Amino acid sequence: MRVELEALSRSFPGVRAVQDVSLAYEPGRLYALVGENGAGKSTLMHLLYGMLPPDAGRILVDGRPVRLAGSQDAIRLGIGMVHQHFMLVDTLTVAENVVLGAEPGRWGRLDRGAARAAVRRDAERFGLAVDPDAPLESLSVGEAQRVEILKVLYRGASFLIFDEPTGVLTPQEARGLFAILRRLRDEGKTVVLISHKLDEVLSVAEIIDVMRRGRHVGRLAREEAGAERLARMMVGREVLLRVDKPPAAAGPPVLEARGLGVRRRPGQAELADVSFILRRGEILGVAGVEGNGQRELAALVTGLLRPEAGELRLDGRPLRGLTPRRARDLGIRHVPEDRQRTGLVLDMSLRENLILGEEGSPAAGQAGVILPGRVAALARRRVAEYDVRVADTRQSARALSGGNQQKLVLARELDGDPRLLVACHPTRGVDVGAIEYIHRTLLAKRTRGLAVLLFSSELSELLALSDRIGVLYRGRLTAVLDADVVDEETLGLYITGARGVADA
Amino acid sequence: MIGLLLGTLRTATPLLFAALGGMFSERGGVVNIALEGILLVGAFAAAAAAYYSGSPWLGVAAAVVAGVGLAALHALVSLRFRVDQIVSGVALNMLALGATEFLMWIFFGSGSNSPRLGSPGLPATAGRLLVELPPLTLLALLAVPASSWLLFRSRFGLRLRAVGEHPEAADSLGLPVHRLQFYGVLLSGALAGAGGAFLSLNAHYFVKNMSAGRGFIALAALIFGKWRPGGILGATLLFGFAESLQGHLDLPWLPVRFMQLLPYLLTMVALVGVIGRCRGPAAVGRLFVKD
Repeated sequence: MRVELEALSRSFPGVRAVQDVSLAYEPGRLYALVGENGAGKSTLMHLLYGMLPPDAGRILVDGRPVRLAGSQDAIRLGIGMVHQHFMLVDTLTVAENVVLGAEPGRWGRLDRGAARAAVRRDAERFGLAVDPDAPLESLSVGEAQRVEILKVLYRGASFLIFDEPTGVLTPQEARGLFAILRRLRDEGKTVVLISHKLDEVLSVAEIIDVMRRGRHVGRLAREEAGAERLARMMVGREVLLRVDKPPAAAGPPVLEARGLGVRRRPGQAELADVSFILRRGEILGVAGVEGNGQRELAALVTGLLRPEAGELRLDGRPLRGLTPRRARDLGIRHVPEDRQRTGLVLDMSLRENLILGEEGSPAAGQAGVILPGRVAALARRRVAEYDVRVADTRQSARALSGGNQQKLVLARELDGDPRLLVACHPTRGVDVGAIEYIHRTLLAKRTRGLAVLLFSSELSELLALSDRIGVLYRGRLTAVLDADVVDEETLGLYITGARGVADA
Repeated sequence: MIGLLLGTLRTATPLLFAALGGMFSERGGVVNIALEGILLVGAFAAAAAAYYSGSPWLGVAAAVVAGVGLAALHALVSLRFRVDQIVSGVALNMLALGATEFLMWIFFGSGSNSPRLGSPGLPATAGRLLVELPPLTLLALLAVPASSWLLFRSRFGLRLRAVGEHPEAADSLGLPVHRLQFYGVLLSGALAGAGGAFLSLNAHYFVKNMSAGRGFIALAALIFGKWRPGGILGATLLFGFAESLQGHLDLPWLPVRFMQLLPYLLTMVALVGVIGRCRGPAAVGRLFVKD
């Protein structure tokens, strides 16, 4: 199946997400689409998958223009998408998930034997080992992704789009996925891998398309593309905005972890024997592939999880029986990894969101009564100070852009000069301008003595902001490195366990 | 002993019908506390149709139709007009209570009960136990494997379960989420309506507010039975046993009033014991809105 995109454009209010993009895809090749966050990669693929209509331009399949009113149309044409967030039903079995909506069987009967056979057939042909009868909730993330791929194949897709598929995978699982992508290609399918990770793109893709700010800026064969060249194309000619990190002036220890540990449970990774010291005026980055204990460490420090071994000390005093409320009272603040689910109550106003956790303080009211005047004044000050671009603080948080929502969380958590900030992926999914602002704010607070425990999956971010970087690998702190002497490549070796385990 | 067994089966019948109905509604993600009202409306419709036609079986058919009607109203209000499912259910329960009282005056000229009604029966050749066992009870027992097949072995059942667990995933595969939920609620109306027919026809009278909380006990049985037909059968038999024990157990030191409390106490104990350890459909009660 040959797929062509002709002069596709699509805008959202205030953003020209995709501008005049033309691309052609030949069958049996493995493509990659790279670009920074917000470069328009996902939007382009959503246009191709019928999830969004284009403002201009057209899509041709085997030379014929097609109209896609929804993803159903795309599926019918043989275009399939493996989403970043899985669309799977936990309580159904693998086979049931695969056939759902297109079930084999007559007279309303669900032919389980046929469903199982279909899963086995595709699984064998494409090397997607998974038990058709296993309930979905018993699967690992990597296996669940295979089920998503099987779903797409079962519906007869010959053009497969993978939207940032490795974000949730361990390095081993990612290698397994790449083998599957190659296998799919060998079987004559067209594969498009959307990614912003250059190393993985260079290791699997044959043809690499680069997008920048909504435009297609070039197509390279793997042989002619190097990491530097791709990076230059992704970022543009102008010099990369580097945050200026003043030299560290770390003071006395603020947070001390001694032999922290929690056991592995469903939905919880293991953490074992984690010890570190975080000083005043210091940013300690934590690097690691998702699922290696970062979430658990952040939860321990913020009181959301109790350690089963070891202890935490704040200013030298042990933190026993820490609860989120007590953590706040002690000056420990938290920028959670998912601002929409944990950081904010989206349907409440900016004002209400800004006093959450302090609704009992004199800044918000008196004797259990919230005083609207005080709240409004507080909200206005914080919104102005933290550059939340909003006309009216009575607006609901849902109406804000990702970057503004994140600044809202920062305004609440950083105001009042706390002792310690646990920042989890503080720039995930926000626009470039907001990233810059957030970086500058964190560094400014550090200069004023804030201790920051920074979790990020972007190694470049960790390197730019941190004074030292700890590496979590399989729940253990396998190294603590000086941020000035490591580079991204070395850090990559540590987070995949190629280095550091023996030294720890 | 036979008497206690028959009593258990009889008292369990309306609960079983209603709980199986609730299962289809909740498996699709819609809470249906209107079961109570549907039982009542079914009981009334069965009485009215049986009285005027002289045929108890026509009464059963009328009860099913009335149950489906009230359930359709619940589905329409909560899915189309996005009213909270609990609020809609409460409103329909009150509507059922008021409407049946009012219609009693019109149909039977009395505000307390209907004239005597006949019960549906089987030909005398069917054998002694079958004659002793009301045919609707047999139907309820047969509905258990039938429901199990429909829920776990049919295409509709798979889709319904997917919709109740993860409507967004179902939608991404092109399944009509709200239509499937609608069917689930209608099925609950049909089953609970039949349960209502049993109430009035088996008692030979329709009495004001004769559902008397059985719809809620059925909901408890649904949870206790972990949203599965087999479990629901067990739960309703247990509740039925507790209720029919009153007539068969003569303990002078135990006040009669306490015995009447027994089914309700048992419901609470059962729920406390099971809650936390079981999980219902993940998306139950949450309206799916496509953006």
